[in-house]
Amino acid sequence: MSRVTNYFKSLLLIELLKGMALTLRYMFLPKYTMRYPMEHIPKSNRFRGLHALRRYANGEERCIACKLCEAVCPALAITIDSAPRASDGQRRTTRYDIDLFKCIYCGFCEESCPVDSIVETHIHEYHFEHRGENVVTKPQLLAIGDRFEADIAAARAQDAAYR
Amino acid sequence: MIDTSLFQLVCFYAFAAVTVVAALSVITLRNSVHAVLALVLTFFSTACIWMLAEAEFLAIALIVVYVGAVMVLFLFVVMMLDIDQEKIREGFVKYLPVGLVVAVVMLVEMLGLIGVRVMHAQTMGENPATAAGMSNTAWLGMALYSQYLLPFEIAALILTVGVIAAVALTLRQRTGARKQHASEQVAVRAKDRVRIIKMAAERPVETPPAAPVQESKP
Amino acid sequence: MGDQLIHQLLLPLLYTICVVLPLVIAVALYVWWERKVIGWMHVRMGPNKVGPFGLLQAFADVVKLLVKEVILPTNANKALYYLAPLIGLVPALAAWAVIPFSDKAVLSNANAGLLYLLAMTSLGVYGIILAGWSSNSRYALLGAMRSAAQVISYELAMGLCLVCVLVLAGSLNLTDIVHAQAGNKGLFDWFWLPLLPVFVVYFISGVAETNRAPFDVAEGESEIVAGFHVEYSGSAFALFFLAEYANMILVAFLASILFCGGWLSPFPASVPVLGAANPVWLAIKVFVFATLFLWFRATFPRYRYDQIMRLGWKVFIPIGIVWVLVAGCMKYYGWVHVGTGG
Repeated sequence: MSRVTNYFKSLLLIELLKGMALTLRYMFLPKYTMRYPMEHIPKSNRFRGLHALRRYANGEERCIACKLCEAVCPALAITIDSAPRASDGQRRTTRYDIDLFKCIYCGFCEESCPVDSIVETHIHEYHFEHRGENVVTKPQLLAIGDRFEADIAAARAQDAAYR
Repeated sequence: MIDTSLFQLVCFYAFAAVTVVAALSVITLRNSVHAVLALVLTFFSTACIWMLAEAEFLAIALIVVYVGAVMVLFLFVVMMLDIDQEKIREGFVKYLPVGLVVAVVMLVEMLGLIGVRVMHAQTMGENPATAAGMSNTAWLGMALYSQYLLPFEIAALILTVGVIAAVALTLRQRTGARKQHASEQVAVRAKDRVRIIKMAAERPVETPPAAPVQESKP
Repeated sequence: MGDQLIHQLLLPLLYTICVVLPLVIAVALYVWWERKVIGWMHVRMGPNKVGPFGLLQAFADVVKLLVKEVILPTNANKALYYLAPLIGLVPALAAWAVIPFSDKAVLSNANAGLLYLLAMTSLGVYGIILAGWSSNSRYALLGAMRSAAQVISYELAMGLCLVCVLVLAGSLNLTDIVHAQAGNKGLFDWFWLPLLPVFVVYFISGVAETNRAPFDVAEGESEIVAGFHVEYSGSAFALFFLAEYANMILVAFLASILFCGGWLSPFPASVPVLGAANPVWLAIKVFVFATLFLWFRATFPRYRYDQIMRLGWKVFIPIGIVWVLVAGCMKYYGWVHVGTGG
């Protein structure tokens, strides 16, 4: 008997109408769309974007060429050469390249760094116009670090309790 | 001078020329799909000619039935065929004399028939639809359902028999084939398949642990 | 002579342009409306950058499509490949010849208008088949086969629904069919009420006939990429697009004219102003039906191919056949009010 009633119910297309009522309701909900260039989604302080090399407050670069980041990098995106610095014989990098095409932005370099030198900033809007620009070099990374030091430090301070 | 009858005549010759050319290309084109399309064009321009003769129902029926349905299926079949052109043309010269004889005989017969008809020719009667003052379609309907009701019904019956026979010929009950029954699937309700068991989240320690409840398959 | 030339050639040409040009613009706006409505139903905004409310988006897309290259696939049948979009488009536009927009405004007030429409809609399938075959692509051929089988099947159901209408109206002329729905009860004099099941069947068949979601297996992008037009690009693709949307609007028009009284007012004639017949009513009805198409697309998942066939042959055609008998009885016993109008 229930089969018969179900059959006639199915002729009334109740399920279809229910589905259409649902989409109709959704039509008038507030929209989730973010109008991107004008609006931005708030970023977490742990956001992992473009890399930077930091300096101490006295201007000395933090990186000590321990190459932990190079070792931990799962995508082999980091290439480091090192030599004693000419002025004081300290161990420093002579080359610090990150291939952004290889990088998967996992953040392992950041975590492995004993001196908080290599970090990933909040910058995610960048592009390359020529072949080879995808490899960012040490001076570029340092420059990024210099420019956004305030933001980087703030983000790090927020997260300090959990590290 | 654009005269209505002259315009009609020009149209008639244009459509007729298209029909003849298309019909010729049906049998001359190498590519079978092109040939089928030429046949479609033949039907279409024939329908146009009928339309000129104010047989609008027949013209549109020709398009709906032949162009719209029959030829589409035809086209399907031809598209799926893997025709080897070389093989088809193999026996052309060998069968040419036989073909020519058949063609000539048919031509003579047709000419003879036309000749006999011409001798008996009488002027065509007035268009009964216009005489009755209604549209061609309405008149045709009237005629079919009154004067020609019996032949019409018999034709319908024969066609139905044909449909049923075609279905019966192709219908086969395969054993062992897994098949979905949509109506049964739709009729299923949650309570037929899912058993919801209410049980306490924690069990008192004293009772010995019961056999684990079997997970029902979804 | 000049007079006759104008009357026989130029005026029909002008009228045709008067129908086709707004139709093309309507298609562009319809595409915009589709993207908007579906966006809203997905809790998105839809196009909103080009022009006010994104209105110019569709026109920008048209320009983009027109300047793009039409790519010819390897080993494609060149002539048929270029011909197929035209063959698809021409019947879609030709069908508009018999659509009445009001009492007087109709290109050709043909007596067999409904038959002509059936003929034109059945021709559209050639564009699809030829496109699929001439592309020399498996996906395209599969899409064409699916589409053609589907269109032919649903044409039968659609034809039966139309038979019900013309049994009640007693005419094949679309203007007469609208007049037959005139009466004092407004909305309740239209044919949708006595022919309710057929009306539903007709509209769903219309969705299937135009290969729209949820019956769009012909271009099921998850299985066969885009079906019959997968190899087409640029303006050739634009023609297919135009034909599809023109057909959708056509089905919306037909549903309004055949079942919902065309330009007749839904209010009884006794109501002042609102009770008068006006082409605006037709526009409103068409808008509602056209939006229904989009609503379906936003709501329902795609049917599986064999289920589409089952629905057409085992559900819709039986309903159609039964209701032809019912409609015959209604007409014979005079259960339905049939206005004469005019």
